[in-house]
Amino acid sequence: MSDRARLRAFLALCLARFREGYREPEVLFWAFVFPVLLSGALAVAFRERAPEPSRALVLPGPGSDRVLAALLGAPLVRAEAAGEEEAARSLRMGRADVLISAPADPASPVEYRLDPSRPEAGIARARVDDALQRAAGRRDPVASREVALRDPGGRYVDFLVPGLIGMNLMSAGMWGVGYALVDMRIKKLLKRLLATPMRPADFMLALMANRVVSTFLEVGALLGFASLALGVPVRGALASVLAVALLGAMSFAGLGLAVACRARKIETVSGLMNLVMMPMFVGSGVFFSVERFPDSAQAVLRLLPLTALNDALRAVTLEGAGLLSQWPQLVVLAAWGTVSFALGLRLFRWS
Amino acid sequence: MTAAGGGTAVAVRDLRKSYGPVEAVRGISFDIGAGECFGLLGPNGAGKTTTVEVLEGLLPATAGEVEVLGRRWGEDDHEIRERLGVCLQQTVLPEKLEVGETVSLFRALYRDGRDPGEVVREVGLQEKTRARVGTLSGGQKQRLAVACALVGDPELLFLDEPTTGLDPQSRRQVWEIVNGFKKRGRTVVLTTHYMDEAERLCDRIAVVDHGRVIARGTPRELIRSLGGDHVIEIAVEEGGAGELRPEDLTDLPSVRSVLAEAGHVLLTVTEPHVAIAPLLERVAARGFSLANLATRHASLEDVFVSLTGRHLRDE
Repeated sequence: MSDRARLRAFLALCLARFREGYREPEVLFWAFVFPVLLSGALAVAFRERAPEPSRALVLPGPGSDRVLAALLGAPLVRAEAAGEEEAARSLRMGRADVLISAPADPASPVEYRLDPSRPEAGIARARVDDALQRAAGRRDPVASREVALRDPGGRYVDFLVPGLIGMNLMSAGMWGVGYALVDMRIKKLLKRLLATPMRPADFMLALMANRVVSTFLEVGALLGFASLALGVPVRGALASVLAVALLGAMSFAGLGLAVACRARKIETVSGLMNLVMMPMFVGSGVFFSVERFPDSAQAVLRLLPLTALNDALRAVTLEGAGLLSQWPQLVVLAAWGTVSFALGLRLFRWS
Repeated sequence: MTAAGGGTAVAVRDLRKSYGPVEAVRGISFDIGAGECFGLLGPNGAGKTTTVEVLEGLLPATAGEVEVLGRRWGEDDHEIRERLGVCLQQTVLPEKLEVGETVSLFRALYRDGRDPGEVVREVGLQEKTRARVGTLSGGQKQRLAVACALVGDPELLFLDEPTTGLDPQSRRQVWEIVNGFKKRGRTVVLTTHYMDEAERLCDRIAVVDHGRVIARGTPRELIRSLGGDHVIEIAVEEGGAGELRPEDLTDLPSVRSVLAEAGHVLLTVTEPHVAIAPLLERVAARGFSLANLATRHASLEDVFVSLTGRHLRDE
């Protein structure tokens, strides 16, 4: 077959794949609308707010009036009187952070009741204690003051957007290749295409080319929205961001091919894809940093493709890192992509 | 017996195909001449689809030899595929593509081929060119599948159960398309479990059952092998003198064979007008009263029934 005829066949396969994608409302929704909605919603949910005051309940007792008076006007403390039972219930339900029981004699110890596993409880205790000590005449030996910093790029939404781009590239790659292949296998379309002079490699390349084009659109849409509407900074070169995204997209297209290479049922491939993706949704730093996990777990998580992709995307967009500085992440992505591609092609069945 | 063009399009020698312990095809041999329409007729599960999928190069044979357009699979696969048109049993073409786009896609996969618009017209879908495949009726989808098989301008066309599940009008439309293709001197391999389809389209037929060819020939030859061109079907009232036995009727004039099935008796006869009067006399003489009598031309269905004792559409 001449090169021109082969190119024509390849382009026709690309075009068909692309048309099928953009004519599928679900594909458009999950690829473009959903990430934008999600980042918008999370930006609202985690918007910057005045710090929450701690909620303290003062138990009835001889010293309760003294304590309430001391806490009145204390910074970031909202204190109220409450009965024993009601106070205990409020603490259990998370409506109160700390309960205070004060004796009649100012020299006897004040009792703080709290759930030490809740971070708010410790903060509430510190604030209440500070206010009571000052009211009783404590003088601080060290003078201090607070300077508020508002660093763009340090907000939760700034952390989130590169993670969402990574997650989106993972889902789109896995579904766009994995699901599509199994669907075509079930419908015997793969077999039908194999009965034509089509080169199998051209077919696979067309799937990949579709992912490349889609990656530009998906990353462009989410990054554009995040940058314009949410003020998320893009500090690195746009070309570096796209290069990282493309390598990630190819890596996940490879994984999609690998999970789909044998499956003859949608249930099988859906199960396999969830098996592959679920751990990464949780452990690859999409919604919270990988550093929350113990060190030993982190070492493993850093080898996952989505962790590598998210880390590299964050470094390039938020810190303005150069592409080459991200080489360990890029190596991880390339390795996953290469191995899964090789495996998927080797085990691939057309019918 | 080859038609125009001469030469052999397909040669199959002792083809066998097993899936694990199950032998789907147990030694099938046939030759298909260029320009011929060859039919594999048989019930579901006879091994027809397995046979054509081996011929199409989609399944490896377990044993035996297959030559397609003078070449063998595994040597010149790409060159063979350039010259084949394939219509699989129930392919679901991409629903979101338009009819015209689908045919153009398949055209682009072949080095040489026909104008997609012309092929769309040929299968009568010109008004649906811009319609999404998902909106087509079953018959239209099947004609589109045939168009995709034709657009590469094949020398050899495979049609696997091309009209299964279609309404009568759609079936006739598909037959017309196939006849048009035949008229251009091209070769067709067709599988079907419809005897009327095989009779209407095929120059030659191999009747396949349980993975073997149990009869072969032109439709006329096969029907003539019954010994007569006509079938008389009779049924008698129940509760009479027991059952009417086929042996009681074999000696009647013009009767070539007698078969009992499901309360009916089928007589293959050469001349119905000679056979009927003595038949009625015999039925009455044995103490039966006639419930039903019908005569018709013998069909390939009768051939299959006489060979296997079963109907083509029995499971």
